[in-house]
Amino acid sequence: MATAQPAALERPVTRRDPLAARILRAVGKAPVHLVLVFVGILWLVPTLGLLLTSLLAPEDFQDRGWWQLFSEPARLTFENYDAVLTNETITSSLWTTAVIAVGGTIIPIFVAALAGYAFAWLDFPGRDWLFILVIALLVVPLQMALIPMFEFYNSLGDIPLLGSLAGFDTVGSLILFHTAFGLPFAIFLLRNFFIGIPKDILESARIDGASEMRIFLRLILPLGLPAIASLAIFQFLWTWNDLLVALTFGRETQPITVAIFSQLRAFGANIELIAPATFVSLAIPLVVFFAFQRYFVQGLLAGSVK
Amino acid sequence: MGSGASITGEPPRQPAPEAGAWRKHALAAGFLAPAAVFLAIWIVYPTIRTIVRSFFDRDGDEFVWFDNYQRLFTDDVLLTAVKNNAIWVAVVPAMVTAIGLVFAVLTERVGWAVAFKTAVFMPMAISAFAAGITWRIVYIQEPERGALNAAIRSVKGVVSPAGVLSDAAPSTDALEGTPRGGLRLAEPVRPGDVALLGLTRIPQGEVPGDAEEARRPEAASGGITGVVWRDFRPGGGTPGEVESQELGLPGVTVELRDPGGSTIATAQTEADGTFVFEELDDATYNVAIGAETFAQPFNGVAWLGQKLVTPAIIAAYIWIWAGFSMVVIGAGLSAIPRDVLEAARTDGGTEWQVFRRVTVPLLAPVLTVVFITMLINVLKVFDIVLAIAPGSVQADASVLALAMWRSAFSGVNDFGVGSAIAVFIFVLVIPILLLNIRRFRREA
Repeated sequence: MATAQPAALERPVTRRDPLAARILRAVGKAPVHLVLVFVGILWLVPTLGLLLTSLLAPEDFQDRGWWQLFSEPARLTFENYDAVLTNETITSSLWTTAVIAVGGTIIPIFVAALAGYAFAWLDFPGRDWLFILVIALLVVPLQMALIPMFEFYNSLGDIPLLGSLAGFDTVGSLILFHTAFGLPFAIFLLRNFFIGIPKDILESARIDGASEMRIFLRLILPLGLPAIASLAIFQFLWTWNDLLVALTFGRETQPITVAIFSQLRAFGANIELIAPATFVSLAIPLVVFFAFQRYFVQGLLAGSVK
Repeated sequence: MGSGASITGEPPRQPAPEAGAWRKHALAAGFLAPAAVFLAIWIVYPTIRTIVRSFFDRDGDEFVWFDNYQRLFTDDVLLTAVKNNAIWVAVVPAMVTAIGLVFAVLTERVGWAVAFKTAVFMPMAISAFAAGITWRIVYIQEPERGALNAAIRSVKGVVSPAGVLSDAAPSTDALEGTPRGGLRLAEPVRPGDVALLGLTRIPQGEVPGDAEEARRPEAASGGITGVVWRDFRPGGGTPGEVESQELGLPGVTVELRDPGGSTIATAQTEADGTFVFEELDDATYNVAIGAETFAQPFNGVAWLGQKLVTPAIIAAYIWIWAGFSMVVIGAGLSAIPRDVLEAARTDGGTEWQVFRRVTVPLLAPVLTVVFITMLINVLKVFDIVLAIAPGSVQADASVLALAMWRSAFSGVNDFGVGSAIAVFIFVLVIPILLLNIRRFRREA
């Protein structure tokens, strides 16, 4: 206030006095800062609530809110995490999810890179139309595939080797489903990235007699790494976080989301298991997200459709 | 695309040009084959099959024309899902876009924007399912455990605190009225009188812990004394009389009213239930206990009850997607040339005018992208509903994708209706698909 007053009295001076002007501007912006601080905290509270709930002792769940840990930090306990991480159902579910997420990331990206290269740099009739078909498939909701694939996977069950690899309720069936539904977006993104690779590089490699496969493996994949990285993060998070596909084809295979879902029926009674298990299941995506935030945002901006 | 052979200057190799083209096509086919297999088996074939299947009955034996689709608009459970999804479509894309725009604009000129953006963006990494469980904990009804209701209770505690007692009844006819409207002594009193306000049927455990044995106060000249007490003791006792073992009710607000009914003084009861109004004019008064003494404690809003469950889930969903919207719009915002905005400002535009007339129109394409993306997402929303809505209200909170899954896989096993709902979702998405293709062709 004291500084604002002289500035207000001698108006013309205000413009030339950077300090007063700066203070005025800072005061003027104070509401914006306040709103942002408030909203930022508001956005963090639910996740914080989940974390702290998971740290409540089992006997405290029924009559205590997680915020009471602030006044009684001594009641904080890792008991629930001990219980969850030694619970065999949960740990094996986490492994299953990890296998599905890794498989469901690597396979579609490799397959999409091959196709993306063909769409970008190989010449064949109907190329543009085929690519438009791929983009069209981008919007097919996966609900369209659930019922036929449910029947298809079940019919594979009778075939000896195939049935145990990719039949109903196998890790394979889930990976393959995620692969297929990850492809349209991956092909779209990689084709658009590959097409930006300078033509000279490819031409000179071809003149040197390199085969297309060699060009693809030695040139295109390394050069496409930034796009592949953001794609990998998306696909990993997508498969890790999936519930719908897992619930439809993997009731017994039981990825972590299904394992937690099966506890939901008695939410109040199982919260000591649900809260820590949920937090563990979202810790991995969070680590991936914070480690590769830049790629994540790039991927998001490259094509915000899925 | 020039072929390598002619550039090297060597004489063309022996295979005829047609054969070379054939080899090139075979090569392309090789690169495309794995993707083609996946797309054909997992997307194209099932899409066709689901469309066909949607015209057959639940077991797939009988062709039933549009019966399954008709069910979607006649069956109560399915119709609820359609209506709910309509609410989602009407609310979510617009809200997410608007919130993202506001956040993007606000953070644009703040130094610590990265911290804010990270906080808001973080839920994007979490699964919708885990986010749903996170919010289910927020929405717990008991204010002791649910953060949202606890917050409401602490605000309410200031605005309209809970009463000392939640319920009571007069012990004799001397008191009239109900707890909801307040209790009043039927007989007017004058200075020098002693007012006895006996209450019974006080819920267990609600007599304050500091209560002492009730005492009938002495009459005071020029004042009104009295006692509010629990007119009950083990074994019963005589109604209307202050007896040993009966407890005073401390902290009760007693009102002194003039004959017109307006309150002229209030007094708090002591630990033994006594109160006193001093230095009163010689006149008749009414003694009463106001309704706020019996104000109900806040028991929590049933966020996950039938009525509020859909708005509650929508709020959680917006929490997830606001970050996406903010980042995409923020990128669009930073791509707007500074000098355009500066020019608008030097021409005398206020901040609001610049925002409304320059920034928003320039952002229109980005806003459209966010809006359409959210439209697609909302038509397929599933996990978060399943995570937040308790089993008993799942039908009330249902949306298309959930109804599809429940019809086909959750014990009902009606593949006909399930297929029809899937096709319905698909049909709703097709216009968006056409838009996407147009966007691509313009860019290409």
